[in-house]
Amino acid sequence: MHIVVCIKQVPDTKNVRIDPNTHTLVRQGVESIINPFDLFAVEGALKIKDESGAKVTVMTMGPPQAEEALREVLSRGVDEAVLLSDRAFAGSDTWATSVTLSAAVRKLGDVDLIFCGKQAVDGDTAQVGPEVATLLDIPYATFVKKIEKLDDQYLKVTRQTDDGVEVWKLPTPALITVIKEMGEPRLPSLRHKMRAKKSQIPVWGIGELGLDANDVGLCGSFTQVVRVFSPPRRSDQLLITGTVEEQVEQLFSYLKEAKVPGV
Amino acid sequence: MKAVVDIKKCTICGVCEEVCPFTAITVGETAVEISDECTLCGMCVDTCEFGAISLPEVGTGPGADSGAYSGVWVFAEWRGGEVHKVSHELLGAARQLADKRGVELSAVLMGHQLDEAVATDLIVHGADTVYVVDHPQLDRFTNEAYADVLVDLIRKKRPEILLAGATSIGRSFIPRVAASLKTGLTADCTELDISEEGLLLQTRPAFGGNVMATIVCPHGRPQMATVRPKVMKPIKLPERQGRVEAVAIREGIFSNRVEVLEVIPEQDQTAKLTEADIIISGGRGLGKPENFAILEELAQLMKGAVGASRGAVEEGWITPSHQVGQTGRTVAPTLYMAVGLSGAIQHVVGMQGSKIIVAVNKDPHAPIFDVATCGVVADLFEFMPALIRKIKQERE
Amino acid sequence: MNYFLTEEQQMIQELAAQVAREKIRPVRAQLDEQEEFPWEIMKILAQADLFGLYIPEAYGGMGGGIFENCLAIEQIAQICIGVATTFAASGLGAYPILLNGTEEQKDRYLPDIASGKRLAAFGLTESGAGSDVAGIKTTAVRDGEHYILNGTKQWITNGGEAEIYSVLALTDRSKGPRGASFFIVEKGDAGFSFGKKEKKLGIRASATRELVFQDCRVPKERLIGREGVGFITAMKTFDKSRPGIAALGVGLCQGALDIAVEYARKREQFGKPIISFQAIQHKLADMAIKTEASRALLYSVARHMDTEPPDSSKLAAMVKVFSGDTAMAVATEAVQVLGGYGYMQDYPLEKMMRDAKILQIYEGTNEIQRNIIGQELNKEYSRLKETFF
Repeated sequence: MHIVVCIKQVPDTKNVRIDPNTHTLVRQGVESIINPFDLFAVEGALKIKDESGAKVTVMTMGPPQAEEALREVLSRGVDEAVLLSDRAFAGSDTWATSVTLSAAVRKLGDVDLIFCGKQAVDGDTAQVGPEVATLLDIPYATFVKKIEKLDDQYLKVTRQTDDGVEVWKLPTPALITVIKEMGEPRLPSLRHKMRAKKSQIPVWGIGELGLDANDVGLCGSFTQVVRVFSPPRRSDQLLITGTVEEQVEQLFSYLKEAKVPGV
Repeated sequence: MKAVVDIKKCTICGVCEEVCPFTAITVGETAVEISDECTLCGMCVDTCEFGAISLPEVGTGPGADSGAYSGVWVFAEWRGGEVHKVSHELLGAARQLADKRGVELSAVLMGHQLDEAVATDLIVHGADTVYVVDHPQLDRFTNEAYADVLVDLIRKKRPEILLAGATSIGRSFIPRVAASLKTGLTADCTELDISEEGLLLQTRPAFGGNVMATIVCPHGRPQMATVRPKVMKPIKLPERQGRVEAVAIREGIFSNRVEVLEVIPEQDQTAKLTEADIIISGGRGLGKPENFAILEELAQLMKGAVGASRGAVEEGWITPSHQVGQTGRTVAPTLYMAVGLSGAIQHVVGMQGSKIIVAVNKDPHAPIFDVATCGVVADLFEFMPALIRKIKQERE
Repeated sequence: MNYFLTEEQQMIQELAAQVAREKIRPVRAQLDEQEEFPWEIMKILAQADLFGLYIPEAYGGMGGGIFENCLAIEQIAQICIGVATTFAASGLGAYPILLNGTEEQKDRYLPDIASGKRLAAFGLTESGAGSDVAGIKTTAVRDGEHYILNGTKQWITNGGEAEIYSVLALTDRSKGPRGASFFIVEKGDAGFSFGKKEKKLGIRASATRELVFQDCRVPKERLIGREGVGFITAMKTFDKSRPGIAALGVGLCQGALDIAVEYARKREQFGKPIISFQAIQHKLADMAIKTEASRALLYSVARHMDTEPPDSSKLAAMVKVFSGDTAMAVATEAVQVLGGYGYMQDYPLEKMMRDAKILQIYEGTNEIQRNIIGQELNKEYSRLKETFF
């Protein structure tokens, strides 16, 4: 069995600082981390590898430094890695990203399962997984928390919905997007870390993927940002200062006047 | 691909260099220079008062003839015998868009053994037309059945805009619809509008930080967007008239690769949160899990619920079912109290629809104060117990 | 300070640090309070390939030495020496087998210890034999194809949790120092049971129990090496393991120093962070000096010992004494720097201070270590031709 896991490097949003004057991100010194949901996907794939000896390949679309994310994942036991990197990929929306990722999956060939994290914590769209599955014309299931292999051809997945859980049966090849319950990501092991350090990671650009520059990146995207702004401050704001006792009095009156139930 | 500087217009004032979130701009000799770090976010375009910076045009896509597409559609999510509230909210927002565009608003209702009342209810909430697709294969949700039917319908009727709720169903199959139609999709929009050129303006939080981005899909059709529950407001016009059209499904549309084996409803722990009229929410400022007890006490006093920021949930101080925000629940209670919570935009978009927002934080620069209707700069460990005492006192 | 680590050594250090900070730190207070054995952590350390650093590759280990082992132990110890002791003690239990075992014994036991699949423990101390190792009374009497063990071991780290025990017993009382031998006893062997778990001042995550042998029959193949070399094996084992104990001390020093400096920078009194005051600066300086000196001695000795020198007892003793005494001093001073907060369980320092004390006591008390050093000095100088005055 061959499993491909798609990961993404994202800024560590916990540490993102906001310039109080311009209300914009201060990205200097903000580390890149592997999207947490993708680590659950890696863990899910490695669990299957532990149980039935699958081969796991990790791939990411990103700038050259995304290679460190791939090595980090290799150090947890993943077998191989591929970096999809090309200037032409810049400015990709989820569609263009999916075009690139699915081209890579086709090039890898012989893929039985694709694991993706539910969403990336910078974009939060959760679109790439389903779009890749659609482009590859394979069935998919989202928000998966548990996966069981039924036999060589079918998978049983348990997925989380707004109302509860559902159990689906999917034929392979298939794609799943996973949530936290898939498994606590394992730490690297020394042996795998050493192997990861020496691993050769191929870099595929539009040439290797057989793509046209017009199909990917900004050119290949359907959506585009036209404006970026900070959310406006509310103008009718009441700021309460003073001693704690005074503040409590003021807030209490404010809530009472506003007829807030329970006050 | 990076932003382009018109050196004739550039005055090297340097404002763009300051606002670039990716430090991709440097002031050069005759004009500013943009490095390859540029991610095409557009911040500089927006800021430059001389209009000297622009972004290259997005690709033209596979020849979607935008002129041939007309009408605003809302996917009405039918689950367990009823339409999810988000569909009504979407119709409320879509009604304005359709009116602005001067086109019809239609709802697409898919399911099995659909009651006529469900369809007419959608009209009351703003739809001009309701397309009803009733089929046993649509009884239980699967990505492919729902997506392929909707795609087929869209290809026939060619709406220019499609909106859907960002529920577990919407988030699951709508991307498939977008990919099949080869068009753009924007998730979790908090505002929708129509531009002067008639394009759908899709606004959502961006870059994992405190900024909002407005996105357009100039060439792909339909322009697609999902919206979270409780973000838009529904309208109800009981006298409204409209038309219900039953849609026949063509043979062979269902591929049935997936089989739903079981559907197990869960005791909804978050019903308390999303239905609560009063929510007292805590963030990292609480310091440790035990301190949520302070909020619980106040919530119980006021018969409200306890919410939390992603930070508090990630620390393991409270279970995820209490999380409010972009990756948690969207709420819109009468009173939302944000205690020891910085107010990162991913949290704010989950509660900004609240009627009254009270922020309690000892940092006067915390972003939460930007959205609060009432801000209290205080040490929560002193203020909250005192507030609780006051409320108890007044009751006696 | 740069210790010129190889890439592999850096990886060991990074990985151990990652496990410590991500997995041990969130639970150390609870493990201490509940006296809970850190099984989850042991599994994580095993999965990370950190258990067999000092075991040759032929037996499933990483083929490193004491140096590599100390790198890992130090990182874990920076966070909790209760957990680190549990980890290191498995090595202690493995050494008799590694040093003196037959090929069959090494093949049978070392791979599981190296992979962390089974933990090991070292059974020597008895109620009448602490510093006086020769005072042991546990006997092992040959009976056909078996040995029968009788006696009780006291205060055995990992007792009851480990599955493989290296136990020292008297095989021939009349032969004095050449009358003891090591045996491998496995959890589950008939006649082998455990006493109560001890309640301790510190390292409460570490399990300390009695080992009770009542006509415990073990096959003769369980004799490690041959009869009569028990005491020598024990001494050689201590030489090998003492740097590991020193690594516990170095780690604890660093952990305590880190907290003290951070606190001193944040805590304001009299309008300034207390680190602005000379009294605090001097305390922190002395703590930092001791920590650095302790670490430098540790890794120098560890590197030296990995060259298999003929004589390592003095250095092993030195590094254990220095590190233990230093750790106790640094931890105590760190609590002082934090003042009242240092005394409260809200901060991890009171635990570190409680934990540190054992470093001066187990694995040979620091008094015994000083005996060893004194005696070794005597021997060393007796061999010198040069005179100094």
